[in-house]
Amino acid sequence: MPLEKPKNTILESQVKKSIFRVGIPNTDRKRVLIVLGNVFLHLHPTKVRTSGVKLRFTWCAGGLAFFLFLVLTLTGVLLMFYYRPTVDLAYPDMVDLREQVPFGIMREMHRWGAHAMVIVVMLHMFRVFMTGSYKPPREFNWVIGVLLLVLTFLLSFTGYLLPWDQLAIWAITVGSNMAKATPFLGAGGPGAEFLQIGGVPLIHPGDDARFLLIGAKELGGITLNRFYVLHCIFIPLAAAVLMAVHFWRIRKDGGISGPM
Amino acid sequence: MSETLKHIVNYFSAPEWSFTIFSVLFIWALFQRWIWTRQGVIIAMVAISVALGWALQDANFRVTLLKPDNAPIFLMIYLFSFFLWMAMLQAHNNDRRMEQRLPPEEKETSDQKTWVWPDLVYIELLCMILCTVALVVWSITVRAPLEEPANPANTPNPSKAPWYFLGLQELLVYFDPWFAGVVLPSIIVLGLMAIPYIDVNPKGSGYYCFKERRLAILTFLIGFFVMWDFLIPIGTILRGPGWNVFGPFEEWSSHKVVALTNVNLSEYVWVKAFYPLGQAIGWEWLAQGLPATDGSLSLANITRVFKKEFAGILILAFYFCVLPGLLARGWLKDFCERLGFARYSVAIFLFLTMATVPMKMYLRWLVNLKYIVDTPWIKF
Repeated sequence: MPLEKPKNTILESQVKKSIFRVGIPNTDRKRVLIVLGNVFLHLHPTKVRTSGVKLRFTWCAGGLAFFLFLVLTLTGVLLMFYYRPTVDLAYPDMVDLREQVPFGIMREMHRWGAHAMVIVVMLHMFRVFMTGSYKPPREFNWVIGVLLLVLTFLLSFTGYLLPWDQLAIWAITVGSNMAKATPFLGAGGPGAEFLQIGGVPLIHPGDDARFLLIGAKELGGITLNRFYVLHCIFIPLAAAVLMAVHFWRIRKDGGISGPM
Repeated sequence: MSETLKHIVNYFSAPEWSFTIFSVLFIWALFQRWIWTRQGVIIAMVAISVALGWALQDANFRVTLLKPDNAPIFLMIYLFSFFLWMAMLQAHNNDRRMEQRLPPEEKETSDQKTWVWPDLVYIELLCMILCTVALVVWSITVRAPLEEPANPANTPNPSKAPWYFLGLQELLVYFDPWFAGVVLPSIIVLGLMAIPYIDVNPKGSGYYCFKERRLAILTFLIGFFVMWDFLIPIGTILRGPGWNVFGPFEEWSSHKVVALTNVNLSEYVWVKAFYPLGQAIGWEWLAQGLPATDGSLSLANITRVFKKEFAGILILAFYFCVLPGLLARGWLKDFCERLGFARYSVAIFLFLTMATVPMKMYLRWLVNLKYIVDTPWIKF
């Protein structure tokens, strides 16, 4: 074999060995070590229930939801290099991303990926329900999953405003107007008028639930900033923490579900 | 021929028809084993495609459906139909096996173990590649929507929420915002979280099945497919200017005026029932018409509000407070005993709340009911 020597030189080199401690995983021992020794792979156990590996059982929906989250993180960070969340600049930056970047599809990847994530997360929930995988001992992980579904909606919803076009502000107007109707906490909600001290209302458009959400009485620059921070930092961090718990609990609760 | 068909579709796509037809067909289909076969899914996918392809020939439908952010709805329709089949095929297959006293199919390999490297990692890699390819192709072929710059002075008609919330927005037709926009979504989230704690059925854990957990699956699927997913295309395609209903092949005209003839329950009681009755038997108290109320918190006014709305308040009190107890003693006796008091209370509250949604929709469609209870402070 003419290439034997250079091949061995690479495989046996100090650099290669320092990165991938295990050689070619051709024995069971090495298959275990490769999973245990890799920070990404060790989300998995070294062995899983055979019935749970099958694609028709899991649809890979949970995995793809996580993968789409990663795609969205990556494309989102790239978009953040070009996007400025102010009322004057947000829309022109969008136009620039569309018109000035040859073959630019980062915004498309981000937007369609986000919609796909919403769909895939719902599918994952559907799959977990249909296989009864929320049943003991996995009850709590289902609860975490529901929270992650809510965060997925919120991520998509906050991102919806950022292009600052007509589609964005009116969709967010419709959505955030709902907060106005929160019982007791929204200025237009039932019961809010009773919360007053000496005739001075405690809940008014300047401090109600909608104000908390959009940061002002009307949608404006402060809303854009607020949604930007929520979208890029706050909710992704919260989702990341919950995802860590979610994945950890899959393993702690006995791995992928299967019939007893 | 095509025009006639379009008229028929327009007519039957009105929510009162399409919602009814869809719910009945959906629930019926879940029980039909012969539907959930390999041929079944191919026929269904082809049928959806042909129907969409035919409908897209129509200019009005094209305008509505090909709006920039409606692309995910296509994806949703295809994926959800496909995976519903995927789940029900395996569920019925396992049901059949269990009728023959065989374990579910998953059981055959569930005691074996597979190496994560390379078997699982390989599947995950393939899925990631396929997903990436699909996403890149989608991104190259369809541009992300970007409309006119934001203009707070120019309200589009209709203004719509993002597509995944359009089911909730559709419910605003039948409920006030405090319920459809705040309380109901909160109850949905809490109700989803409560599922593992109120479903005490130990069967069906870790494998697809239908027969062993019919109640749980029916409730979830009706919520998920009928009340959440089906209302999304309704809100997207059928709701035009003024949030009026337009058939898929109808032009969205902002001049369409639909007479609002909705009537409160209190009006039915005091004006349409008591008034003529009181006149007939000459009892003035009955014939007084709708008691006048205002927003003040004086005892006299509150009494008048209660008097005006007594029927609705009694109905709701019966529905949420008495009915659970009656059901626990009668029809749902076994269910209640299995769950225990706390679980039963939560479960029945969630069931009944969920049921208010279609009930209120049908009351609107059948008798134009607006509010069951209409006080100056809270309306339901």
